[in-house]
Amino acid sequence: MAESPFKADIERVKKEYSEKMTPGAVVYLPGSSVINKTGSWRVFIPEFNKDKCVRCFLCYTYCPEPAIYLDDESYPVFDYDYCKGCGICANECPTKAIVMVREVK
Amino acid sequence: MPTWKVMKGNEAAAWAAKLAKPKVVAAFPITPSTLVPEKISEFVANGEMDAEFIKVESEHSAISACVGASAAGVRVFTATASQGLALMHEILFIAAGMRLPIVMAIGNRALSAPINIWNDWQDTISERDTGWLQFYAENNQEALDLILIAFKVAEDERVLLPAMTGFDAFILTHTVEPVEIPDQEVVDEFLGEYVPKHAYLDPKRPITQGALGFPAHYMEARYTVWEAMENAREVIKEAFEEFEKKFGRKYQMVEEYKTEDAEIILVTMGSLAGTVKEFVDKKREEGLKIGAAKITVYRPFPIEEIKALAKKTKVLAILEKDISFGLGGAVFGDVGRTLINESEKPIVLDFILGLGGRDVTFANLEEVIEISEKAMKEGVEEDVFWIGLRKEIL
Repeated sequence: MAESPFKADIERVKKEYSEKMTPGAVVYLPGSSVINKTGSWRVFIPEFNKDKCVRCFLCYTYCPEPAIYLDDESYPVFDYDYCKGCGICANECPTKAIVMVREVK
Repeated sequence: MPTWKVMKGNEAAAWAAKLAKPKVVAAFPITPSTLVPEKISEFVANGEMDAEFIKVESEHSAISACVGASAAGVRVFTATASQGLALMHEILFIAAGMRLPIVMAIGNRALSAPINIWNDWQDTISERDTGWLQFYAENNQEALDLILIAFKVAEDERVLLPAMTGFDAFILTHTVEPVEIPDQEVVDEFLGEYVPKHAYLDPKRPITQGALGFPAHYMEARYTVWEAMENAREVIKEAFEEFEKKFGRKYQMVEEYKTEDAEIILVTMGSLAGTVKEFVDKKREEGLKIGAAKITVYRPFPIEEIKALAKKTKVLAILEKDISFGLGGAVFGDVGRTLINESEKPIVLDFILGLGGRDVTFANLEEVIEISEKAMKEGVEEDVFWIGLRKEIL
């Protein structure tokens, strides 16, 4: 399984992030929004069926977060820390290799 | 040497802007403030002012452009009044929350309806909770001075809040008075160059301004605005002192006039203070123990000064050109808040007058005194009075 392309950024932000309030609530740390794990908002989760995938990259291209990256064989990898469950990937997938299912925690 | 010019209040505001050397001025014309940006655009066109003058399609855009320019890190000025200020409303909170020291001149004018272009304070009073500092000028000289002082206080690192200076529509905006224009070098010394420490753009220092504040952070961000406004009390006093040293004119949070031994003190703001002081002189000659007090700084509200004032007298008569429907005048509410926990306090009465340009006459002030004296003798039955109402047409 490939690593998130943002891994280095996430590690850096984790180290440097401070909650200390600044005048005007200015945010001084670039990329610090990764602190916000937007995956916690999710109701539906994309379920991936590798057998149906034709590696067209449409899900990867359309994901607005982006919470989909590609592994070494160009199959999509879902980053559930940041996937909000919007369903765009499932909607765009031409082979229905992605389906949205209600997530039970 | 400072020079003297006979000028309207609007020109005094434009001159203050010229002396403060803002880099950006974005404004939209509105009666009675139109002359301020008009005069500034003339200064810019003549090469007398090195500023970007941004023409916009509304006041909402004017203040938005000011927020953008200030966030980029330069000194910014604008002017408006009444409906224009009301249209800016939502952006005023943003300017304060982002701690952008924008300075704005206001020709204090009534709000619709009915549509009315004349003076009262409803426009700025209605913006009292936005986090902007508020100064009120008694005359054209004060309009110029209090805009310079507004820049000084707003840009102080302990404050970093936007500021508005109000001067009464027509009574000041369109009335000519002799005004001393201070020397540019002395103003430069007084204000210094604006060097932003937080809000500025630099590709070498990427930052985010105006980000989303979740419930976990929003309260703390708002608290820093509260703290900044509290800090402003001290900073304003320092600025007043330095201003007096450099320019020879004295300003105070609350200016008292013949308040020693006064049984009734008339508390007011803006140009009405001039009328009230003259009235005090007249009544003093007649042997009546009355005094006056002018609130120069309305935000932050001069809490300690009003407490001290209250200790000197039996009645505080608040004369104000604004109304918070269902409560009373805004200044009355603020004075009430100030005195609520004092063990001894005078009678506080509220007099709503001069709305929408209605003249405030000595006859009106005689009525205020009569009501105040009656309350002193017989106790308070009512505490909010509309003075000068034409009851015959109601």
